[in-house]
Parts: sequence; structure tokens; C-alpha cells
Amino acid sequence: MAELYSIKDLETQFHTREGTVHAVNGVSLSLQEGETLGIVGESGCGKSVSMLSTLRLIPQPPGEIVAGEAIFQGRDLLKLSREELRHVRGAQIGFVFQDPMTSFNPVHTIGKQLMEPLEIHLGMNKKQAWDRAIEMLKMVRIPNPEDRLKDYPHQFSGGMRQRAMIAMALSCSPQVLIADEPTTALDVTIQAQIMDLVLSLRKELGMSIIWITHDLGVVAGIADRVIVMYAGYIVEEARVKDLYAKPEHPYTLGLLRSLPRLDMDEKKRLASIEGVPPVLFKKPKFCPFASRCSFRIEKCLDENPSLMLVGENHKAACWVDTYTGKER
Amino acid sequence: MPEKDVILHVEDLKMHFPIKRGVIQRTVGYVHAVDGITFDIYRGETLGLVGESGCGKTTAGRTILQLYKPTAGQIVFEGKDLVKLKNEEMRQIRRKIQMIFQDPYASLNPRMTVEEIISEPLLVHNIENGKEIHDHVRSLLELVGLNPAYVDRYPHEFSGGQRQRIGVARSLALKPDLIVCDEPISALDVSIQAQVVNLLEDLQKEFGLTYLFIAHDLSMVRHISTRVIVMYLGVFVEMADRKTLYENPMHPYSIALLSAVPIPDPKVEEKRKRIILEGDVPSPINPPSGCRFRTRCPLAQAICAEERPEWKEVEPGHYVACHFWYNTKSLQRR
Ligand SMILES: Nc1ncnc2c1ncn2[C@@H]1O[C@H](COP(=O)(O)OP(=O)(O)OP(=O)(O)O)[C@@H](O)[C@H]1O
Ligand SMILES: Nc1ncnc2c1ncn2[C@@H]1O[C@H](COP(=O)(O)OP(=O)(O)OP(=O)(O)O)[C@@H](O)[C@H]1O
Ligand code: SF4
Ligand code: SF4
Ligand SMILES: [Mg+2]
Ligand SMILES: [Mg+2]
Repeated sequence: MAELYSIKDLETQFHTREGTVHAVNGVSLSLQEGETLGIVGESGCGKSVSMLSTLRLIPQPPGEIVAGEAIFQGRDLLKLSREELRHVRGAQIGFVFQDPMTSFNPVHTIGKQLMEPLEIHLGMNKKQAWDRAIEMLKMVRIPNPEDRLKDYPHQFSGGMRQRAMIAMALSCSPQVLIADEPTTALDVTIQAQIMDLVLSLRKELGMSIIWITHDLGVVAGIADRVIVMYAGYIVEEARVKDLYAKPEHPYTLGLLRSLPRLDMDEKKRLASIEGVPPVLFKKPKFCPFASRCSFRIEKCLDENPSLMLVGENHKAACWVDTYTGKER
Repeated sequence: MPEKDVILHVEDLKMHFPIKRGVIQRTVGYVHAVDGITFDIYRGETLGLVGESGCGKTTAGRTILQLYKPTAGQIVFEGKDLVKLKNEEMRQIRRKIQMIFQDPYASLNPRMTVEEIISEPLLVHNIENGKEIHDHVRSLLELVGLNPAYVDRYPHEFSGGQRQRIGVARSLALKPDLIVCDEPISALDVSIQAQVVNLLEDLQKEFGLTYLFIAHDLSMVRHISTRVIVMYLGVFVEMADRKTLYENPMHPYSIALLSAVPIPDPKVEEKRKRIILEGDVPSPINPPSGCRFRTRCPLAQAICAEERPEWKEVEPGHYVACHFWYNTKSLQRR
């Protein structure tokens, strides 16, 4: 497999009145052709900001991309001109935003908003763009697309809006789809519709996907490889089966243990992770998970571990081997 | 089996919200949020109530607490129909039923300190004096795992999980028998959810509490519940003990819902078949005739549009509302 997209040492901060928020603290990842990469982690750990930063979609100020590269087709997106970047965003990398209301303009019809990128990036005329928009709505299984194109966003249900957004992100046949929690606000039966849809589109169109979510169940069903984030860092990275079969970072281990499972009839007490995630006003000098970690050793408070290879294609940022309890 | 001790009996409860339009606010229709539900809650159990957004879970909970005046039906608690009670009697009983709200950010008054928030119900019911209240609040905070030194802090100084604990402490202040927990963990992070669920379970053991646990996370409901009800568009479609409902669901909607829940294990996910339901949930303003699920049901027949299916006890304690309940196995092809 060839590398399609890579991010190197990305750091993003927000300069707020209360201080500087260290939202992303050196994130590196690489996406292969045809691959689905899942990014998981709890609220505020930097999932959205890291992906938005690479396309320069965060508000600057207060945001600032302090360091890093985002290489797509040999070019660093962080250095492109506005014009070049707009073309990449519209035609080559599709983005499905966490909040569907932010990506549709409430005063324009769905049709107008679907047609615009087709006219700008693919040079289609009105008639061609209209036909293609109908095709796209059909593809995401919205009934009566001819009528629906004349609707405004508020006339769509949550699930339909989400599907229309996927249609918009895919309309110019991008090589990469970045989907930021595309199903989180939806009910499970609608979520199942959308996962099913994206998986079949992936096959049909042969694209690569970055799927952001906090739901470890969704990732299990959709990803080839998974990245776990905590406090602006990547703390673990592995192929999906390895991550669930042998989680190496204490945080991942804790998350998986704290989840009750639908397919298991267990009445035993849930294993909870005590404490709360750290506030990000200071870049930590030691392991950001230390205050909640039951494996902690002295070294954890002296030095922040970086990602290290702990198995075949398996990386974790932790000083301790959680299976032996010994220092790595 | 010994007779179950029924703490609350609900009979054909309906809650319709009027839709008003125009200058004179004429009623042009109704939201059939809850449209005829009947069930018992047994003392000491956790009764799970699941269903998708907008199906009427919160409305059911709030109506039981008399936060809404029901359109029809009975709510019998300790032998008395709450709907018919006069103010003073109602006040006495209200103490015994409490609610934990869906949103830990919106449900606490931002201008009140923790002590004021937790002691409010005590003051309203006028049952303790100042010193007693002060000590009581501290012991409640300790009980829910918060530092009693925090009494003078405001809600914004706490994390989501801590705020939900404050909500739990407030609901316990009057020593209730029944607590309606409306999605108490939905707004919390995964790593915090287990903390709050463990707390609720510990308190239940210690005080013999009864819970009506409203949620849409079916995995968590399986973990916490004794029995489970599945709701769709204002009505109940299935009710059974937890094991039966998860291992042998009979209503087509329950079967589809369970098949749609992702399981955090790639080996399991690889082999699973999901039932993909077509379309969206219809509006509760003009719900479909007959069976409400018929517009999305893979097994629907002509009769489903004509007759509302009976809420039928098909096995002891297992209720299903489907004309073809005996013939839904074909859907279960996990
Ligand atoms: N515009 C902003 N101004 C200040 N801080 C911000 C801004 N946007 C994000 N942040 C902060 O950056 C951090 C990372 O936020 P991000 O949105 O990436 O989290 P996330 O992992 O996507 O969480 P969620 O699961 O809630 O979507 C958070 O601490 C957040 O408060
Ligand atoms: N006060 C109200 N006035 C009018 N309609 C209402 C009112 N409260 C709820 N509804 C409507 O009643 C229906 C049921 O709402 P309810 O909040 O009970 O659903 P829910 O099952 O709790 O959903 P969720 O999972 O999103 O919390 C919805 O269609 C809702 O819009
Ligand atoms: S480095 Fe230490 S504190 Fe951090 S996760 Fe590993 S064991 Fe825990
Ligand atoms: S009554 Fe008919 S439409 Fe309703 S669930 Fe049963 S088979 Fe489906
Ligand atoms: Mg996000
Ligand atoms: Mg609700």
C-alpha cells in the first residue's frame, strides 16, 4: 500500500483569555491508500482540532498551528496558498463536520450547496451539476432527490442532513474522506444506515477514510487501524484487531474495561477510570495520564513518554509494559 | 417465586402536547408524545427504558413525576392515584419520587452553590433545621464521592461527572424510594460513565432504591437493568426481563435496534449482520395508523396498517405488541 496522506509533528494551540490551550501536542500519522483509520479519544482530547488544523480550518486567531507538516500528494497543505488549499479541500479531501448545521448554510437550498463545488472545482455547468447532485442524493439513499434538492437544511431530519453532508463531501470524488463523528448525534438505527452506506461507498469509490469518534464500538466495525488520543497526544496506535485483543496503553485498557458489552451477560461491577482528564493550559512535563494511572512508576512523573514500538505495527506512549508491570 | 412488590403502577398513560398556531393560539393538533403505556415497577429493581430520540422517554418520566398533567391514565403509587391527589397529599408523596436529569450542565442552577442546590428540596419540604441541613449536605456529598469541602463552590467549577454526582446527591436528599434517572450518563465521557453507574448501583444496594433508568445506550441498559422496556413513537413495543430481552427479543423493532448497536470487538463486528431499517422515525404529530412501526418494519402486512397490535403477554413477564410476534425469528440471523 502506498502512503496517501501524512501528518508530521503537528502542534496546535489556542490563545485564550485564561491562557494558552495546548490542544494538539505533536501528532504524527500516516494514511495508506484504501485504508480506514479510526481516531478515538474522549471529549477535548484534540481529535477535531488535529484534523481541522491540517486543512487550516481552525479559527486563527485564537488558534495557532505552531509546528508540523501535512503532506498530501507531495505538497505540504500548511504551506499552500489559499487558492490551492481551497481546491484540495473542495475536490481531493472531503470533510464531514461534527455538527451538520455548521457545514450547511441555512439560507440556501441543499441543491445550491451541493452544486456549487461541482461548478467551481469540476467546471460543470448548471445542468450537469444538477444531475450530479441528484445522483449524489440517490447514492446516500435520500428518496425523491429532485424535490429534496429544493429543500432548505432545516427541512431535513438529522439523519438526512448527515447523509446530505456525506454526499457533499463525496461529490467531487475525493481520494480522502475525513469524517468527524459523523454518527454521534444520531440514533443507532440511523447510525447503522450511515456506517453501511460509507462502507459500501468506500468499496465503490476506493477512497481512504479517517473516521473520528469516541465510540469504541463504531471503530471496531469500521477501521483497519486505530489511533487513540489523550490530552492532545497520540498514546496508542495499532491495527484494529491488535488494539482490542492486546491494548498496550493503560488508558486504552481502562476504556475497554469500563465498557459494558451488548453481547455479554455480565452483572459484574464496571472497571472505571478514576479522576478526570487534565486541563491543557500547560504542556505536561510528565505523562499526561499519570494522575489517573494504576500502573504508574516513578519515571512517569519525570519524563513524558513518546510513542514507542511495542509490537508489530503497534505503538504506545507508556513507560510500563502493562502485562508484566515492568518498565519497558 | 414470591409476589413482586409493586411500587408504581401506570395504567394507559397518555401525554399529548397541544400545537398552537396563529394570533389566538388556536390548537391545530397534538404531539402524541406518550400514547397509552401500561406497566409496573417493582420495589428494588432497575427498570430500563430504551428507545430512539423523540420516542417519549423523557415525557414518560416527567409525567410520572407530575411535572406534566397527563392527558389520560393513572399513576398509582402506594395505592394512591397521583393524578387525582390534592396539593398537600401530593407534596408528601412527591418526596418519595425524585428525578435525575438528562443534562448535567443545564439541570443545576449556575447561581447557586452546591450547598444551596442540594439543600433546596430539604428547605422546600421544611424538614430539617439549619445545622441539620448543613451536616446532611456534607454527608450527601461524601456519599456520592465528592469532597465535602466543596459546599461553597458553583456548578461551573466542576466537571461533567462531578456535576452529575451533585444531581444524584440532590435527588437523594429526601430519602426517596423511587428515582427516575433520565439519561444520567449520556452527556458524560466514556471514562466517566462507569464511575456514575457504579455509584448508582452502590446507592441502590445501600438504600434499597428503585430506579426507572432511561437511556438510549443499550449496552449500559443491559448492564444496569433488571427488566427492560423498548419504546417506539410514544408506545411500548416490548418488555421483558433483561436476559430475555437481549437474548430472545421478539418485536421486529427490538431485534433491529439490538442488531444496530456496535460491539467494541472487531472479531465480533466482522461476523455481525445488521438489520438496516429504511427511512426515519415518523412524526409523533400524525403517527402511522395501526402499528406505529409499520413504515419501517421489514415484516409489515396489510393488517399492520389497520389494527393497533395488542400489548400481549406472550410468556410470563414478556410483553410484545406485534401482530406477528410468533413469527419474527427470521429476522434474527446474527
Ligand atoms: N476555538 C477554540 N478556542 C479555544 N479552545 C479551543 C477551540 N477549539 C478547540 N479548543 C480546545 O482544544 C481542545 C481540543 O478540542 P477538540 O475539538 O479537538 O476536541 P475533540 O477531541 O474533537 O472533542 P469532542 O469529542 O468533544 O469533539 C479542547 O481543549 C478545546 O477546548
Ligand atoms: N413540552 C413539550 N411541548 C411539545 N412537545 C414536546 C414537549 N416535550 C416533548 N415534546 C415532543 O414529544 C416527543 C417526545 O419527546 P421526549 O423528550 O419525551 O423524547 P425522548 O425519548 O426523551 O428523546 P431523547 O432521547 O432525545 O431525550 C418529541 O416529539 C418532542 O418533540
Ligand atoms: S507512562 Fe506511566 S503514568 Fe503514563 S500511562 Fe504509562 S504507566 Fe501510566
Ligand atoms: S405489527 Fe406488523 S408492522 Fe408492527 S411490528 Fe409487527 S409485523 Fe411489523
Ligand atoms: Mg470533536
Ligand atoms: Mg429524553
